[in-house]
Amino acid sequence: MSTELLESADSPAPVSTAKPKQQSFWTRESVVHGIKQAFAKLDPRALMHNPVMFAVEVGAVLTTIDSIRYMVDGNGASLAFVGQITIWLWLTVIFATFAEAMAEGRGAAHAEFLRQTRTETTARLVADDGSVKVIPASDLKKGDVVLVATGEVIPGDGEVKEGIAAVDESAITGESAPVIRESGGDRSAVTGGTKVISDELRIEITAGRGESFLDKMIELIESAKRYKTPNEIALALLLAGLTLIFLVVVITLAPLSSYAKSPVGMTVLIALLVALAPTTIGGLLSAIGISGMNRLFERNVLALSGRAVEAAGDANVIMLDKTGTLTIGNREATEFIPTTGVSERSLAEAAQLSSLADETPEGRSVVVLAKEKYGLRAVDLPEHEVEFVPFSAETRMSGVNYMGREIRKGAVDSVCSWTGCQTDPALGAAIERIARSGGTPLLVSEGKNILGAIHLKDVVKEGIQEKLAALRAAGIRTVMITGDNPVTAEAIAKEVGVDDFLSEATPEKKMEYVRQMKSEGYMVAMVGDGTNDAPALANADVAVAMNTGTMAAREAGNMIDLDSNPTKLIEIVEVGKQILITRGSLTTFSITNDIAKYFAIIPAMFVALYVSGHKVVSLGALNIMRLTSPQTAILSAIIFNALIIPILIPLALKGVKYRPSSAATLLRRNILIYGLGGLIAPFIGIKLIDMIVTALHLVSTGVH
Amino acid sequence: MTWQGVLQIFVLMGIAAILARVVGGYMFLVLARPNDVRSLRTASGSTSSSSGNSADGSAGSSSRGGLATKTLEVAGTIPRLDVWIGAIKSVLDRIIEPVERAVYRVCGIDPDQEMRWTTYVFALLAVNLVGFAILFILLGLQQWLPLNPAHLPRIPFWVSLNTAISFTTNTNWQAYAGEATLSYLSQAWLVVQQFLSPITGICLFLAVARGFSRHSTKTLGNFWRDFVRTLLWIAIPGAIIGTIVLIILGSPQNLHAYTHVTTIQGVHQTIAQGPVASMTSIMQLGNNGGGFFNMNAGQPFAGPNMASLLFQLILGFAVPSGCIYLFGRMVADVRQAWAIFAAMAILFVVGALVVYGFEAAGNPIISALHLAGHANWTGKETRFGIGSSSLFENSTTTISWGSTAAANDSLTPIAGLVLMFNMKSGEVIFGSWGAGMIGMLAYAVLAVFLAGLMVGRTPEYLGKKIESFEVKMSVLAMVVPSFVILILAALSVIVSAGLSGILNPGPHGLSEVLYAFASGVGNNGSAFGGLNAASPWYAATVGIAMLLGRYAMYIPLVALGGSLAAKQRIPASAGTFPTHTPLFIGLLIGTVFIVGALVFFPALALGPIAEQIAMHAGRLF
Repeated sequence: MSTELLESADSPAPVSTAKPKQQSFWTRESVVHGIKQAFAKLDPRALMHNPVMFAVEVGAVLTTIDSIRYMVDGNGASLAFVGQITIWLWLTVIFATFAEAMAEGRGAAHAEFLRQTRTETTARLVADDGSVKVIPASDLKKGDVVLVATGEVIPGDGEVKEGIAAVDESAITGESAPVIRESGGDRSAVTGGTKVISDELRIEITAGRGESFLDKMIELIESAKRYKTPNEIALALLLAGLTLIFLVVVITLAPLSSYAKSPVGMTVLIALLVALAPTTIGGLLSAIGISGMNRLFERNVLALSGRAVEAAGDANVIMLDKTGTLTIGNREATEFIPTTGVSERSLAEAAQLSSLADETPEGRSVVVLAKEKYGLRAVDLPEHEVEFVPFSAETRMSGVNYMGREIRKGAVDSVCSWTGCQTDPALGAAIERIARSGGTPLLVSEGKNILGAIHLKDVVKEGIQEKLAALRAAGIRTVMITGDNPVTAEAIAKEVGVDDFLSEATPEKKMEYVRQMKSEGYMVAMVGDGTNDAPALANADVAVAMNTGTMAAREAGNMIDLDSNPTKLIEIVEVGKQILITRGSLTTFSITNDIAKYFAIIPAMFVALYVSGHKVVSLGALNIMRLTSPQTAILSAIIFNALIIPILIPLALKGVKYRPSSAATLLRRNILIYGLGGLIAPFIGIKLIDMIVTALHLVSTGVH
Repeated sequence: MTWQGVLQIFVLMGIAAILARVVGGYMFLVLARPNDVRSLRTASGSTSSSSGNSADGSAGSSSRGGLATKTLEVAGTIPRLDVWIGAIKSVLDRIIEPVERAVYRVCGIDPDQEMRWTTYVFALLAVNLVGFAILFILLGLQQWLPLNPAHLPRIPFWVSLNTAISFTTNTNWQAYAGEATLSYLSQAWLVVQQFLSPITGICLFLAVARGFSRHSTKTLGNFWRDFVRTLLWIAIPGAIIGTIVLIILGSPQNLHAYTHVTTIQGVHQTIAQGPVASMTSIMQLGNNGGGFFNMNAGQPFAGPNMASLLFQLILGFAVPSGCIYLFGRMVADVRQAWAIFAAMAILFVVGALVVYGFEAAGNPIISALHLAGHANWTGKETRFGIGSSSLFENSTTTISWGSTAAANDSLTPIAGLVLMFNMKSGEVIFGSWGAGMIGMLAYAVLAVFLAGLMVGRTPEYLGKKIESFEVKMSVLAMVVPSFVILILAALSVIVSAGLSGILNPGPHGLSEVLYAFASGVGNNGSAFGGLNAASPWYAATVGIAMLLGRYAMYIPLVALGGSLAAKQRIPASAGTFPTHTPLFIGLLIGTVFIVGALVFFPALALGPIAEQIAMHAGRLF
């Protein structure tokens, strides 16, 4: 994986950086491709999966036959009307298939992009003869052996065959302290994307080309088969049911209108059916689903199933790792606490010296704090007088030997055992205070004397409080997972503003928590990276695995975040909700549209009922839009019905805007826009189209 | 329109609300067992022990407040009203419980044995089939059977088949004139059926309601227990009280032969009589509407005065309203029940106002003759007047009575349209015993499905996820009335047997046909008249409509209940779409209205709407 992708995990505003491949989908090629596909999709066998559009197509075929008959008969007046209805019926179907083709086109573009991302990292492959050559990481096969030295990124998941090294896994685990990876035993697994910071490893690759999730994902996008999600199936059922009802309404209208001595012709009946059937949502349904997945790809998230995306919208508990998600992965030094008899300034000086060579963010923050507080400049020490002691896995300390001074810095227990643990009670109390406030104490020593402590503090990510508050407003519980003790965890939980926390989290504890929430009926979403997350991930409804995570984690997840940015879970939830909202809103819009269409078509159908001598009953009074003539009215309704599909394609592809808020607020807004809007819009639209149709004399404007 | 006429609509709804609370509270005590009531424990949202529920306790505190009050209710501070209801029930218990135990012992029933939805439906169908068979035989053989003092002749095959279906499905469509066709024995078994068929409705309802109140279980209660308890605690005591009050209010109760009199004008007249009070009591209480007399409640013995009419309305609204509140208690959230009640009441009030408005405005052609005011007096009982008659007719089509106090055929076309709409929506505005509530729940499921999608969650209603199976069953229930009415009406205007039965060709005739099938499929039983209902065609087709309207509509909904019961319950949060708010009430009303309007608009345009337009253009049919 590219290091750029890794680093974006730490950037405070991942949302903006996570869209490197946002591209316009209205390019010339994509539209041309879409049109081609739209015609290909007219194949009735392909259209069968969409009963609404299938019904429209059958109707179009029937009116086409009618048109041809009129053409042969030379009946120009009827042909003008039936012919134009036919054209618009075909357009209705084509607009729908075009929407689907455009959505699929975007998916294909994403697959292409994914293929490119695979080749960005390089690996030093050890050939059978022992020679080493540099190849792209994507060319690695299972069983290949690679060498990874200090400062290099491990090119793929694998097992350590030789060596022991400190590996910085902070990008995935968030824990800043490096971990030891060594051959043999249970610390031998290494994860692609992590960085070796000391020593060299010889690694055997365990996941080769075509086996990574990326590869599986590309296969998934490109395969023509698309599985409908549960909500999509339920909605499709409702739409099919409505279409069936309207079919019966229209078919029974034939004898009923004959009884009323005003028999209605087939073309008009078909026009009525098409107008009533939920063609708007029927035409855009699959596009909405596909584009939802695409929106996730744009955020660099690969959903392994549409079901998972939908479940994300349903999630009402989300479990977030403290480090890296809620707090910046790296802690920051905020305070120097000297032991009795040591001045704060000399502690700061020693701490700075010990950290000069420490390139970890914590180390840098110590240097910065010393500079800010005491104006201590980070001096360039003459190289021959100074010996830097890098962090090593054995001592778990780093430091410097300078002019006979042996300065060391490290975790409390390591420094303690190095010096012999002669802390004074005041410092002990300070250490405890630091721990209680959610911070991490580091000790600094010179020789065998402890100088004092450095307070490393978790830094809450910018804007995370607002995000969590928004989630709470949307009824989603947030749970912080941390390895910290309960006291520390509670302090941080309070500061960040999560609803609950899980402290001293072990794999079992996490899994237990997920299980319990599920048994209470919650839908649980979580992010995981390490192998120890795998059991919990496997149990969660929405399991986002970091792309840099271990193989086990990725196999347990149902989504993969290529950016390995755990905060993205929040966005995933939003996309999931957006898909459902878009579907519901367009369905409501489609159904409420019918009222206006009825008022256009019914009066047009029944101009003269119950004819007896000169006496007739006319439903003209229902023509509240004052449309010009029966023919213009019906044609206008059908044109409106067809045009509304392409007009709404951008909305279907982009999704209805979602802002986290309570369900009641959301519903009120969407009902107002799509329910009431759906009621009113067609009245205006049909009237306008009728005026144009009348002005152009497209069909007969006579009343009979 | 007078203000009194408008006021009485609202008064009736007020009475219905009180009935809902009182009768519903009583039904809850009688019918719900502990495992039928949603437990509040799991909804409290407590989390794992290893974690502190620390950082922000304010989330969801409002919902917790609501739960707290309900918990109190369970814990001990029972509202005084329920204490009284409990006291009444405990008096009844002393008499009825031994009977109940005896019934179980004799029939070998284990009332605690839980049934899956399929078993439940099977038992229900078996009971209905037995009732149907007995009735069919009694009707077919009535001329040879005892208790026939008027020596009434054989009933035609189609009519007895139609009647047997009618009184099994709680429709009580009467293709005959009761007093001129049925012997006392036949009438007596009809009374039995008038008990059995509404109780069936309650059983259906309980099964569906348990789908919402229970969770993670496959069973929906015991049919026999539900059946027996509804009969013993609700139907029989209710009917007895009803009979006594009706006798006090002036209805006769005897088994005498019809009295032959010569009037002062010298005309010979046969005055039909019999067990009128008891029959009227159960017909109104059970939302049956199968009157003793052809004229039904408009007949002076069945509806002697306004007080009697009002009391009959109270009887009719008692159990349908009670079911709403009972549902609220079962799901441990009565706000949900009141929301449904509000939706029904608003639909009722709007319908009643439209009927009253059009009746008061009357027929412009007749008004032009300056005979007597504007109002449409045709077919009205002058004793009741326009306002009360309109209200009664709107009530009869909403609570699935079919009992009428005026001639619906003579209503203004739009008033007739409202009555048809009440039935076409599947009788969900109060409806008959249990059935109306089930139908409304199906609409609620559909409303929630769309609304739920619009809030970005898999839709859920009362903590149960609405997925494809639930949508499928609700759609199935929704299409039944539409398909049956439209297809049978269309056939009736094609085949000559159907056409010849229409006595008033033109839009009015179409209204009559639509009304007949709407009444059949809605298991209502009221008639527009003007249709040869006894002809084999209509006897058979209306029979089909009644069967489908009962079994094809409600069995899928019991399946829905079965599916819901098996589901886990989702805890409510701010992300859950609240279903007790005015917004939801509006949504529910909108769903009922839009579905009804979209499906029936073309047919209604050709019938009542065309007739109304023609009337204003000076043409009558």
